[in-house]
Amino acid sequence: MDHVDINRLKTGEVNLGTSIMAVQFEGGVVIGADSRTTTGSYIANRVTDKLTYVHDRIYCCRSGSAADTQAVADIVHYALQMYSQTAGEPPTVHHAASVFQKLCYENKDQLTAGIIVAGWDKEVGPSVYNIPLGGGLFRQPWAIGGSGSTYVYGYCDATYRDGWGRDECINFVKNTLALAMSRDGSSGGVIRMCVITEEKVERLFVPGDELPRFWEGREVLGEAVPKKQPVGEAGIGLVPMAVEA
Amino acid sequence: MTSIGTGYDLSASTYSPDGRIFQVEYANKAVENSGTAIGLRVKDGVVLAVEKLVHSKLLVPGVNRRIQTVDRHIGLATAGLLADGRHLANRARDEAASFRDQYRQPPPLKQIADRLGLYVQAYTLYSSVRPFGISTILGAVDKTGPALYVVEPSGVFHGYHGAAVGKGRQLAKTELEKLKLSELTTREAVKEAARIIYLVHEDAKEKEFELEMSWVGDETNGIHLPVPKDLQTAAEQAAKAALETFE
Repeated sequence: MDHVDINRLKTGEVNLGTSIMAVQFEGGVVIGADSRTTTGSYIANRVTDKLTYVHDRIYCCRSGSAADTQAVADIVHYALQMYSQTAGEPPTVHHAASVFQKLCYENKDQLTAGIIVAGWDKEVGPSVYNIPLGGGLFRQPWAIGGSGSTYVYGYCDATYRDGWGRDECINFVKNTLALAMSRDGSSGGVIRMCVITEEKVERLFVPGDELPRFWEGREVLGEAVPKKQPVGEAGIGLVPMAVEA
Repeated sequence: MTSIGTGYDLSASTYSPDGRIFQVEYANKAVENSGTAIGLRVKDGVVLAVEKLVHSKLLVPGVNRRIQTVDRHIGLATAGLLADGRHLANRARDEAASFRDQYRQPPPLKQIADRLGLYVQAYTLYSSVRPFGISTILGAVDKTGPALYVVEPSGVFHGYHGAAVGKGRQLAKTELEKLKLSELTTREAVKEAARIIYLVHEDAKEKEFELEMSWVGDETNGIHLPVPKDLQTAAEQAAKAALETFE
C-alpha cells in the first residue's frame, strides 16, 4: 500500500465537498450540515440531506464521495438493525462508530469518506465520534469535517465552551456552518440540523436567505486615507520595539 | 426405557411418535453421570465450582480442568464429556473474539450464551452428528452486572441466580435455594460453593475428587481467575468442618 490519495475522485464523481459538524451537550447532541453536492463546478443537488439516520438515536454526517458514504451508511444501518434485533436492545453510539471505523479503515484504499457519528445512548448519554479519512476513531466533545471545516477551526477553538445547553449548541453549529459555507466554494445552500436527545430527534432547517451573516467585505478604494498616528499612542497597548527618527 | 429397540433412538434427526428426540435425552444421561458443577451469581460477581472426579491415582493433580476461560471476563464450567466441554469452550472463545472484532467491546454473556445455544442446537438436527454430552455453566460480569447461564444438550439456555448440573444437582439445588444469593459477596460464595460440592460428594464417597473453583467480580477486577490458593484451602477446610456438623 502506498499513500492515501485524497484527490482520487473519478472524473464526474459526485462529491460532498462539505461542511459538517456535531456538538454534544448535557442532554443530547446537535449535528448539522450544509446542503451542497457537486460534480466538479456543477451543483448536482443544492438541498442535499447529509444527516443520515443509522439508528433511532444515532445519526451520521457524511463528507467525501456521496456514493461511498451512502453505501457505508447503508451497511452500518443494516448492521445496527441486525444488532438491535438479536441483542434486544439499541446499539450504543460507540458501537455504531466502531462499525463505521472498521469499514473505513479496512477499505481505506478504495474509499473517500470522512464521517462524524453522533447520538444518544443509555450507557454514556450523548457522544460525538469523528472518523476522518484514514479510518481512525476519535471521541470529541465537538467535531467538524468536510472541505469547509478547514476555514473555521480557529473560530471553533476560540468560541466553544464546555457546559453549553441545547440552544447555545444550535447557535454554535449554525454560525460555524454559515462561516464555513461563505468561505468554501464547495459548501453552500441551506443548513440542516438535528437535535438528538433521549426523547426525540428534532430536525431544524435554516433557508439559504436566512443564514447568519458576518463581515462580508467593504469597498475601500477611493476612501480618504486616515491621518497617521504615532505607533506608540495607537491606544491598543502596543509598545514599539524601536522608533525611527 | 421401553423406547430402546424401537429404532427411534438411532439418530438425532428422528422424532419418536410422541415427539421426543432420544439422542438428546441420552446426551442428558451423559451429563447426569458426571461430577457436579455449580455456579453462584451473587452481589458483586460469580463463583464457579466443580467436583472433578479423579478416576486414577496416577493422574497429576490439577490437570484436565473442567473450568475454562472464554474471554477476560467470562468463565465456563462443564458437566459431562470432558472433550465436548473443551470443544464448546473453543467455540465460545471464537464467538467472543468475533463479537469483539465486530463491535469493539467485551461481549455481554447473554450474547455468548445465545450463540452457544444456537451452536449446540444445530447438533440435534442431523443424523451425521451426535448432540453435545454436556451441560455448560457460563459465568461473567458484563455491562449488565453479574450474569449466569446454563446451556443444555438440547440447545436451550436459561439465566440463573444459582445453577447446578451433573450427578449431585438435586441436592446442590436445594442447598443453593437456602442461600440469599443476591446478598452474598463472592468471598462468602466461595465458602458456600466449596461446602456444597463437598456435601454432594458424600453420596459418591468411594471416589477421589478435586475441587476446582474460579471467580469473577469486584475481587478480581472483573477478570475470570482461579480462586487464590489460600482462600481455596480455607474454603475446603471450612467445608470439611461443616460436613461433620451437617444434620
